[in-house]
Amino acid sequence: MSPKAILSVRNLRKAYRDTVAVDGVSFAVAPGEIVGLLGPNGAGKTTTVNMVLGVLQPTAGSITIDGIDLERRRSAALSCTNFAAVYAALPGNLTVEQNLRVFGMLYDVPALSERIDELLHRFDLERFRGTRSGVLSSGEQTRLSLAKALLNHPKLLLLDEPTASIDPAIARTVRRTIRSFADQNQSAVLWTSHNMYEVEEVCHRVLFLSHGRILLEGDPRSLPREHGAVNLEDLFVQVANEQLHDTPAR
Amino acid sequence: MNARRLAAVALRQYYLYSGSPTRLVPLFVWVAIDIALWGFITRYLNSIASPGFDFVPALLGAVLLWDFLTRVMQGISTAFLEDVWSRNFLNVFATPLRISEYILGLVITSIGTSFIGLVTMLCLASLVFGLSFLAYGTAAVPFLLVLFLSGIALGIAGAAMVLRLGPASEWFVWPMPAILSPFAGVFYPIATLPWWMQAISRILPPSYVFEGMRAIVRGARWNMSGLVIAVVLSLLYIAAAGIFFRHVFRVAVRTGLLARYSAESTA
Repeated sequence: MSPKAILSVRNLRKAYRDTVAVDGVSFAVAPGEIVGLLGPNGAGKTTTVNMVLGVLQPTAGSITIDGIDLERRRSAALSCTNFAAVYAALPGNLTVEQNLRVFGMLYDVPALSERIDELLHRFDLERFRGTRSGVLSSGEQTRLSLAKALLNHPKLLLLDEPTASIDPAIARTVRRTIRSFADQNQSAVLWTSHNMYEVEEVCHRVLFLSHGRILLEGDPRSLPREHGAVNLEDLFVQVANEQLHDTPAR
Repeated sequence: MNARRLAAVALRQYYLYSGSPTRLVPLFVWVAIDIALWGFITRYLNSIASPGFDFVPALLGAVLLWDFLTRVMQGISTAFLEDVWSRNFLNVFATPLRISEYILGLVITSIGTSFIGLVTMLCLASLVFGLSFLAYGTAAVPFLLVLFLSGIALGIAGAAMVLRLGPASEWFVWPMPAILSPFAGVFYPIATLPWWMQAISRILPPSYVFEGMRAIVRGARWNMSGLVIAVVLSLLYIAAAGIFFRHVFRVAVRTGLLARYSAESTA
């Protein structure tokens, strides 16, 4: 595991009585790297993301963000983290600008007004500045969530299916934005998605999760070939069907 | 403690109140209705009772003070419930916000909303029904302080209960002041109660306020040590409620309740 990694996850485990959701997961994400966390529903992706966000306590293992232990210094670790998830819309009873201002203050963002203007422009939300978030379309809400996620120039960005509800044109813009953000800011990005074409385009590396364990790890462009799959989607289906249970993780 | 994060919690509530008349109007209306109702009752009682005893400071004053405690409690619990109703826990608690900052932010919100209610009640009670807080002398300040602190403790405990038991348990929170009021002796001396209720009264800070208030109205000697006990008890309850909230939060993080918290998953 790289000592320079922004996110380091070691032997992470989450068990609910007899059910093990995540079982001994270890990985790291380096500065500027976008890592895709893939797997079928119930594989443990969101559980892993929630543990990294500090809203779910691991049963065992450790998480460090930018060298800060999440368990011991939660507030400091989360100040350099942010996230957007399809299931965590911002409060619909606040306007776009109010949401960004409140969360900007929670993340203690300096020069907040300028940062809000910049993000509204970047995500084409300027005309919705005074609109309540709840009346935005799902695509516009997703863009707002992404704007919130970039407010504090996070060193670690967690994206749980960030393009799930937006059209292909905007999804492409979002992917470019996240890639350039990771590049310029040297941020680590953990990205979950069920869109394998997107993963292939965006991610430098992917981790395949199944039953709470990392089954495969590698470059999304070469991994399918290495495992006899036609493409990443085919490989995903194989993992989902657990046809790779004899294949050791790389 | 980060002042900006505290301000963010309070600012969110300010945005909600300032942009929504349905949230703003109840801050005035319910307390005004209560004061009007009890104001007329006291007028009627004054007209039929023997001269010499004024029901206004005894009864209307008690209603005002008890409503103040209720508004303080509701200021906290409503602010907390806004995050429940908008399913905002994941967004809020994945930020660097500390639990102490979150709770203090709710308290700041409650100071604002309960102050509006208090001013409304004072204006109406004094201008329309002739209630003067000067009747309580300097004791009015510690009276309000004790009730404010008690309301804070109740509000934090109520928020912790909703976090632990789920959104539907908000229906346990609203009647909390009503459940306590018989023990607090809002309208009658504690001595009226059976011994076991008196024992409970002694550990409730508001009971010292209402006993003190009645003593002043009667012109009897008033014991300041009772209020000191009430302040100390209130502070202890705030500390206990804070510890309870923190414990419930930790359990929610450990069990996954916080990550899954929504009306569907926990109701």
